[in-house]
Amino acid sequence: MIDLQKLTIKDARVKLDAKEFSAIDLASTYLEKIEKTNTELNAYLEVYDDVLEQAKAADERIAKGESLPLLGIPLAIKDNIVIKGRKSTSGSKILENYISPYDATVIEKLKTQGAVFLGRTNMDEFALGSSTENSAYGVTKNPHDRGRVSGGTSGGSAAAVSASMALGALGSDTGGSVRQPSSFCGVVGLKPTYGGVSRYGLMAAVSSYDVIGAIAKTLSDAEIIFEAIKGNDPLDSTTITNKTYEKSEIRRTKSEKVIGVPWDLIEGEGIDVAVKENFRESVKKFENLGYAVKDIRLPNCLALYYILNFAEVSSNLSRFDGVKYGLHVDGKDLLDDYKLTRGQGFGKEARRRILLGTYILSAGYYDAYYGKAQSARVALRAQFEKIFTDVDLVLTPTTPAPAWKIGEKSDPLSMYLEDIFTVTANIVGLPAVSLPSGFVSIEGKNLPLGIQVMASHGKEDLLFEVGKKFENLSR
Amino acid sequence: MITNNDIQNLATLSRIEISEEEALSLTSEIDSILGYVSQIENMPVGNDLEISSQRNILRKDVITHETSQYTEDILSNAPRREGDFLKVKKIL
Repeated sequence: MIDLQKLTIKDARVKLDAKEFSAIDLASTYLEKIEKTNTELNAYLEVYDDVLEQAKAADERIAKGESLPLLGIPLAIKDNIVIKGRKSTSGSKILENYISPYDATVIEKLKTQGAVFLGRTNMDEFALGSSTENSAYGVTKNPHDRGRVSGGTSGGSAAAVSASMALGALGSDTGGSVRQPSSFCGVVGLKPTYGGVSRYGLMAAVSSYDVIGAIAKTLSDAEIIFEAIKGNDPLDSTTITNKTYEKSEIRRTKSEKVIGVPWDLIEGEGIDVAVKENFRESVKKFENLGYAVKDIRLPNCLALYYILNFAEVSSNLSRFDGVKYGLHVDGKDLLDDYKLTRGQGFGKEARRRILLGTYILSAGYYDAYYGKAQSARVALRAQFEKIFTDVDLVLTPTTPAPAWKIGEKSDPLSMYLEDIFTVTANIVGLPAVSLPSGFVSIEGKNLPLGIQVMASHGKEDLLFEVGKKFENLSR
Repeated sequence: MITNNDIQNLATLSRIEISEEEALSLTSEIDSILGYVSQIENMPVGNDLEISSQRNILRKDVITHETSQYTEDILSNAPRREGDFLKVKKIL
């Protein structure tokens, strides 16, 4: 019997290569776990019916002596990353029966490695939300407390890894959507540098923020997934190369690393007491590891984040018109077709953001909101260039509070405010990782907490180096 | 202050049908959200030239695949189809 709870991708590779178990054994064990656990948690929207065939193909390759990092490794894929011939709905009714005619670049790369796709995971519709409550297919429950959310928008992926229903997962991160659910579920969530991973085949939410990220139990595992999916892609002209951020190597030559902490954002109102306490303990751990910790100033970027979010989302969702693909609701004329299709196919949050984006981009308001936000974004990037001449990393809690109860946050604005620590990395394009940092006991349940480490563009290696040291402390 | 009328106009512009009931709740929600994000006016601004320094990356306009190689794949998702055409109601 394979112990799924203890298993990591690294371990599984060794055991598969040593023929301790086969890819079919491994995949079957996951299928059994999913059968037992998924109905309650609703992490998977679909479990593929050819999982064992995929595993068999991996076994044949292993038998021939092949050993790639993800060969035969069972992964969960977020519902907005397309796989040829399979359904992808982006958590929406408007794409309920959409079968993708192509593979996302990340999927192609994983197929080359022989990874096994277990199924597609639940998410907030079109990656709009912070809890997976906005999915058209029901919420995903937190494995640590089934009365609470798993976070979002990659809630299904995070819950799947946390509940041992997958050995790793892909998610997408627009404003924290890989990091936050990872923090809520007690697993590792990596958001790469913007452009570090191809967005070809990722259904667009906010094109200038979106990145596909990795969710896994350990940072080494997240690194393995990242190495497999990263890279320049001619099909996505926003992807970077190894040379793009080469110059930033020169900036800091000191060997001892300095960590910047924006204390005034953290000690301020609205941050949970348990989060503050856990964060202070985590900072001490970094100091004990030999890192210098320095106070830095960071602005609250939520207004900036959401203005660009609404604007780009309203533009990206205009492709759903009931003509090329997806739901079509018949009206009295063409205009009516559009209005009914979109009115019925989109959920509440999607409709709300489209209206907000339309307002922000309309004549008379464009400069005050969108124009201003664009300009503020340039200033924020410049501010970070300066910050990274003083410090190597920025450390914050991942979220201001642990997972909330399902249905607790009915006011949309209150949900937006929860993103305070994660949005900055998307606005500036920085790589960032959420690492489990402990638990808080609430009503008899232990709720996971997480810390977030951010590095400058292209410096995932620094996140891995420092993150692994922190991780080892809690082993 | 956003009005119910504004919401209905935005709905028309973005081609979304919303009910009277929903328009009412959206009016107050959107009003409070816009109120919150108008804090943007307090943020420092940057060098606007940098915004336009981004450039498009184009590929050469050459044939990349066989004629009709992907037609069926793409049209198989069409809600209304006639042969190799997407079918829509008349525009005029």
